[in-house]
Amino acid sequence: MLIRKPDEIPSSAITPKAQYLNRRSFLSRAVGATAVAGAAALGLDRAAEIVSPSLGAHAGTKLETIKSPLTTTGEELTSLNDVTHYNNFYEFGVPKDEPARNAGGLPTRPWTVKVDGLVKKPLTFDIDALLKLRPLEDRVYRHRCVERWSMVIPWVGYSLSEFINKCEPLSKAKYVQFISYFNFKVEQWAGQSTIDWPYKEGLRMDEAMNPLALFTFGLYGEVLPNQNGAPVRVVLPWKYGFKSAKSIVAVRFLDHEPNTTWNEMAPSAYGFYSNVNPNVDTPWSQKTERRIGLPFYAQQRDTLLFNGYQDQVASLYTGMNLKRDF
Amino acid sequence: MKRSILIPLKVLTWLACLAPLARLVWGAVTNNLGPDPTADITFCTGSTALNLLTISLAITPVRKLIPQLSWLIKFRRLLGLFAFFYGTLHLFTYIALYAAFSVPYMIDDVTKRKFIFIGVAAWLLLVPLALTSTNWAIRKMGGKNWNRLHKLVYLAVICGVIHYWWQVKPGVLAPMSITIIVAVLLISRPMLDLWQKRRAAALKQA
Repeated sequence: MLIRKPDEIPSSAITPKAQYLNRRSFLSRAVGATAVAGAAALGLDRAAEIVSPSLGAHAGTKLETIKSPLTTTGEELTSLNDVTHYNNFYEFGVPKDEPARNAGGLPTRPWTVKVDGLVKKPLTFDIDALLKLRPLEDRVYRHRCVERWSMVIPWVGYSLSEFINKCEPLSKAKYVQFISYFNFKVEQWAGQSTIDWPYKEGLRMDEAMNPLALFTFGLYGEVLPNQNGAPVRVVLPWKYGFKSAKSIVAVRFLDHEPNTTWNEMAPSAYGFYSNVNPNVDTPWSQKTERRIGLPFYAQQRDTLLFNGYQDQVASLYTGMNLKRDF
Repeated sequence: MKRSILIPLKVLTWLACLAPLARLVWGAVTNNLGPDPTADITFCTGSTALNLLTISLAITPVRKLIPQLSWLIKFRRLLGLFAFFYGTLHLFTYIALYAAFSVPYMIDDVTKRKFIFIGVAAWLLLVPLALTSTNWAIRKMGGKNWNRLHKLVYLAVICGVIHYWWQVKPGVLAPMSITIIVAVLLISRPMLDLWQKRRAAALKQA
């Protein structure tokens, strides 16, 4: 029997939060479910895999977490509503409110992350295995977009270095590249810009191994909403937000600086490092920023060097000219 | 056009032109301008200015194509002045919320950042047009000179469109639709003139 009995589905999983908050995605999923039921009736074996496994891992599901000494204190959190409805995820539309409306179709299960390049041997990790690799930590970070707005977000994840160690990169590997999910059928809004998809980002190996770099699965103690980069992304709080690749499907270890999307689009504006720096201008002056969720007269504040994380990351860049290597 | 129709239409135009401002004021009072109110105010004032300027540029070609709609000319000054009004609000948003009234900050921006330079240029080009918008100014200048001066609006709208393109991130195509509309409106002018000349010549021959 392909279709499970109702008593096997936990009541919490019947309508995941992100779906009842989002009627359009709910409807599209409902259509999908009808299709699955139809496929099941025809005896197609993929149907079982789609119906059964981890409905409970959709956005809004609680994650078990532990405290972290690397969390940022003394900042008021940006509201969950603003964190999840003001997004830059151009595959789902350029206007900030579009990803929340359009990302419902991102297929976050089943999901694998392919690891290749300069590693002992190429590997493929299942998302559920990644979730169990290390205890998930609650980490509050400031988040600074190159468009000069900022948030304070309680992420859930563990240090990227823990994942990289499992990948067993060779000593020749000096850089790591992240490739985001791309499928034009799911993300037809990608045509709103001329970006060469899929989205690509990258780090120098020592940056990636810095404990602040977070391999991220959730926010506000729950599974990542799709528009925030589900099911797995990186978060690099000392860099502009676009460095923190979302919905990662492949991780590649390289001996040379990888191509990165915004650097390819405008190398003079968006450098490979793109560390938050009030003294280096992008097309805009970066001296100040606007905190999201405050009244217009109270938003403005000074930009902090490395977004305020200089104690943890400044040593990565000693001897570098941050104005030239921006 | 009868006054009994013209006056309600003017009232409606005023209300439509004031609607974006009303939304902003209401949103500011109730603290309901979305996650990034500064960005909302900036985008709303800027795009309303550009949209109204574009609509005002549509009036002449529409009148030439459809002579029955000639009365639309009675709305052009209103639209142009509202475009200038929103452009001024847009500039003031920048001065207050971005530059925080710091003159060195503004000088730095205008000289270093081309998208700010061209935005300021667009506003400056509209200033003489707004100042000479009264009947008195038209009489004083004479229709010919007034018309010549008001050709600056073409330059202003082009600067506005470029300002939009230089402001968005590279590769973002959001300014495309307004660019196409403005391009069509600008190109339609010499085309319509040519068409009217040919028609007049044909009528003469016949």
